[in-house]
Amino acid sequence: MTSINSTAAEMASALAAKEISSVELTQQHLDRISAVDGKIHAFLHIDQEGALAQADAIDKKRASGEKLSPLAGVPIAVKDILAQKGIPTTAGSKILEGWRPPYDSTVVAKLKAAGVVILGKTNMDEFAMGSSTENSAYGTTQNPWDLARTPGGSSGGSAAAVAAFEAPLAIGTDTGGSIRQPAALTGIVGVKPTYGGVSRYGVIAYSSSLDQVGPFARTVLDTALLHEAIAGHDERDSTSINAPVPQVVSAAKRLDVKGMKIGVIKELSGSGFQAGVSARIAESLELLVAAGAEIVEVSCPNFEYALAAYYLIAPSEASSNLARFDSMRYGLRVGDDGSRGAEEVMSATREAGFGKEVKRRIILGTYALSSGYYDAYYGSAQKVRTLVKQDFDNAFTKADVLVSPVTPTTAFKIGEKSNDPVAMYLSDIATIPVNMAGIGGMSLPVGLADEDGLPVGLQIMAPVMQDDRFYRVGGTLEAALLSKWGKPILSNAPDLAVK
Amino acid sequence: MSLDYAAATQKYEPTLGLEVHVELNTNSKMFCSCATEFGAEPNTQTCPVCLGLPGALPVVNGKAIESTILIGLALNCRIAPYSRFARKNYFYPDMPKNFQTSQYDEPICVDGYLDVEIETDEGPRVFRVDIERVHMEEDTGKSLHVGGSTGRIHGAEYSLLDYNRAGIPLVEIVTRIIPGTGKYAPQVARAYVTQLRDILRSLGVSDVKMEQGSLRCDANVSLAPIGSGLLGTRSETKNVNSLRSVERALTGEIERQANRLEAGERIIQETRHFLEESGLTRPGRSKEQAEDYRYFPEPDLVPVTPDAKWIEELRAKLPENPADRRKRLQKEWNVPDSEMNSLINAELVDVVEETIKLGAEPTRARTWWLGEISRLANEKEVAPTSLITTAFVAEIIALISSGDLTDKLARQVVEGVVNGEGSPKAVIEKRGLKVVSDDSALMVAIEAAIAAQPDTAERIRGGNIPAAGALIGAVMKATGGQADAAKVRELLLKHLGQG
Amino acid sequence: MAAISRDDVAHLAKLARIEMTPAELDHMATELEQILGAVKRVQEVATADIAPTSHPLSMSNVFRDDVVKPSLTNSEALSGAPAKADERFKVPQILGEE
Repeated sequence: MTSINSTAAEMASALAAKEISSVELTQQHLDRISAVDGKIHAFLHIDQEGALAQADAIDKKRASGEKLSPLAGVPIAVKDILAQKGIPTTAGSKILEGWRPPYDSTVVAKLKAAGVVILGKTNMDEFAMGSSTENSAYGTTQNPWDLARTPGGSSGGSAAAVAAFEAPLAIGTDTGGSIRQPAALTGIVGVKPTYGGVSRYGVIAYSSSLDQVGPFARTVLDTALLHEAIAGHDERDSTSINAPVPQVVSAAKRLDVKGMKIGVIKELSGSGFQAGVSARIAESLELLVAAGAEIVEVSCPNFEYALAAYYLIAPSEASSNLARFDSMRYGLRVGDDGSRGAEEVMSATREAGFGKEVKRRIILGTYALSSGYYDAYYGSAQKVRTLVKQDFDNAFTKADVLVSPVTPTTAFKIGEKSNDPVAMYLSDIATIPVNMAGIGGMSLPVGLADEDGLPVGLQIMAPVMQDDRFYRVGGTLEAALLSKWGKPILSNAPDLAVK
Repeated sequence: MSLDYAAATQKYEPTLGLEVHVELNTNSKMFCSCATEFGAEPNTQTCPVCLGLPGALPVVNGKAIESTILIGLALNCRIAPYSRFARKNYFYPDMPKNFQTSQYDEPICVDGYLDVEIETDEGPRVFRVDIERVHMEEDTGKSLHVGGSTGRIHGAEYSLLDYNRAGIPLVEIVTRIIPGTGKYAPQVARAYVTQLRDILRSLGVSDVKMEQGSLRCDANVSLAPIGSGLLGTRSETKNVNSLRSVERALTGEIERQANRLEAGERIIQETRHFLEESGLTRPGRSKEQAEDYRYFPEPDLVPVTPDAKWIEELRAKLPENPADRRKRLQKEWNVPDSEMNSLINAELVDVVEETIKLGAEPTRARTWWLGEISRLANEKEVAPTSLITTAFVAEIIALISSGDLTDKLARQVVEGVVNGEGSPKAVIEKRGLKVVSDDSALMVAIEAAIAAQPDTAERIRGGNIPAAGALIGAVMKATGGQADAAKVRELLLKHLGQG
Repeated sequence: MAAISRDDVAHLAKLARIEMTPAELDHMATELEQILGAVKRVQEVATADIAPTSHPLSMSNVFRDDVVKPSLTNSEALSGAPAKADERFKVPQILGEE
């Protein structure tokens, strides 16, 4: 029986076989959201009417025999950083409260064209700046595994929605780990595609040379299906790659890693990582060896500078990207009582409309780009980027994919790191290098940590445009883990439904 | 005791710098596909990109790149094999993103020059103006200020913004400092801008109408005591809306600065605003503390790398340099400098060439345009070319050459066409302006004149040829000026035995 | 490395058009100093012989044809405007002319 606990692939089959209608399936999910989102707060906006209308339209098309996309009729949640025409899009910020874009982002347009049913927009750290969703101006999201903990960030809402079975699929964005880290902390699959693999048109920009849109789902195959639905060249995005989308769906189904070399990154292991996290990673590697892969050790010595470089590059680009929020054309306007000029109203609005972390990064970025400091900070950070890229290039001569833990720890408590920005930044230590080099990476749930019973994620990385490689390894490992435990990891999560 | 211009330039040496902005005439904007039509209803030629909506991304207009390379080639620049866009960050409501996508340290064209000839006391002299760079950027929106000028009445003052112009491609042409012009600085500047305008027009890349803002000039000048070898503090003058204003603004600015220096006051580095009515400048925004634009490479765009093949293809498209062309025409037409200069100053070279191409006899083409047509144009205070087409002028001249019209009659035809009575043929028809050259018709009039003035006729018979004038005059009067005077004379003398 | 003062932050806040309270400025100065302390290590490896990477991709010459496509309508363009008049965006007085 198809239910919210099914995979997206199963739902798609059931829909195709007309065992269930999209309207029924969508309603099931809307009911689930009603039941649990009060506790999780994954959603900022639920488009009940729109979703059911979309579902109905798909049902009618299917009835008339029209050929539909693989995921047609399956529901999805979209991070509130993607423009959806006529629907509130806030980027988790007060400065965009109530703003309804007059246009669709390319990814949303593709989802609509594919008949995927958009349930609503999910919560996130304001302007994607954060690793816990605590920086949202609309309140944090709770981790379905433990409501006192964060789901990670910045795509915390999307991850929680999928982990809580509010949607089988979700869209997130990843600039320094914002898909992979929440996926790891909530026990689901999350992928950051190769930079340029998915269009950024309509994605509210945080750090343009690092941002990427990517899929969340509960299985590797589901993630691959969504990846193929959203990826591809877009002439509206000058930085989008003009090449065929890697064959990730067939890679996900391959279930074979014989002869593959798996590179373990030396610098992303050891005492900086929670013991329970390291233990699950080690076991995964054993399973891969049992499946015919070879483990090699690789060294990426410049990775230790990646975090520092990221926290110069991203804020610098953000300080420029966020300049447009000045109350003149859209969004919040504060202090316009007729006695103050435009500059003052701009400044008052930005003071009132931006949260602390955003202001912090804007100031940091303004400093790093300013006259006299450019070479020492932004300029130097771009050089570190070159070095990180070189490290990856070298490592990929020795291995087909690279692996590491996704995060140093399992999900942390709400409020635990929110007063210590630097401690918060350290959550992304393993994910950041991937964005710096522009390659792609997957977070795969590989078990629960013994200490706390919370999910652990394995990061699998591949060279530019070779995303299929991590789907191949992820799919194989997922199957091996399922064999080992007999049930999916998520079935260990607490039952959230109100009884 | 204040210095006049002559005295100022006897004591002080001006150093010039000129920045010219050219609005390209592409169909669509620099980074988006909105139309660039002048005069459209406000905010009807905008889109997420040129409005700077969250999530929008730029895509470069290939034609704009081509136009910029053509401009660079025509100015003897080297085309950079690698150039990039950069963000120039500052806040202003007419700039939707609060940064301008421009070029910084990697412009597309560098190191060019333009040789400019002016008339000096010692005769013509050529100045080589070195061009530092030609780069691309985007125009801003237009703001309208509404409300009272003094006092801040609550709510009475505000600004209205129209972003139709935002994003239209602009090319900026920057000279190196131009030393050694002495008192001729204003003329050199004017000649430079004039030549630039002519070149741009011949390339067909812009309308180059200073009054409409498609060609804008910012003039920078500083003074130093003659022979000091120093460079003074410069001022920048904007709002220079005509060629004449370029000259006047610089004359005024040199005088102003000289008088300040004489009074022992220092020159403030600032932007000044040119005032048409007075020919003076007034202070604008102070540039004492130069704005920190925090330039960094535009992450949403990729580099521009024109290859040698493309550059050569464009070079082959370059039309003849206007100054060279004028020299060639002068030689072909064999006219003295004075006449050529008159034609150039009156901007009639092109129409004269066209009229000649349409078959008109060259000397007549020049004299009619420079003479009668210009006279009428001055009377009506319009451009000669707006009164009558080259085709019509060529037609009229052809009729003069074939003897169908006398000069006197032709003047009436021109008058008729200019007054809107139709084509030359129509005017001739309507006004009955054909030359009477039918001998028998003329003989009738001649015999009548002889009959009326028998004594005069007798004198002519007697060998007094000059006396023929009175009879010719009578015939001309009788025929309403439509007789061919030369023919009348011939027939008359023959009839009276003297031809 | 010199300490970050409140004036330094005030200058940055002005460049960034964020009107901060004095308390915020002080707090930000401390945080900025802390963060800069942590990130300045990039200078350790950023030697002169290394070229900066401003972009992960090696693409160039991405252009579009000079073809006009439909714009937003006036009401779509103004749809988010906090204030409008005369088909234009109405904004508080822009001081400093031009």
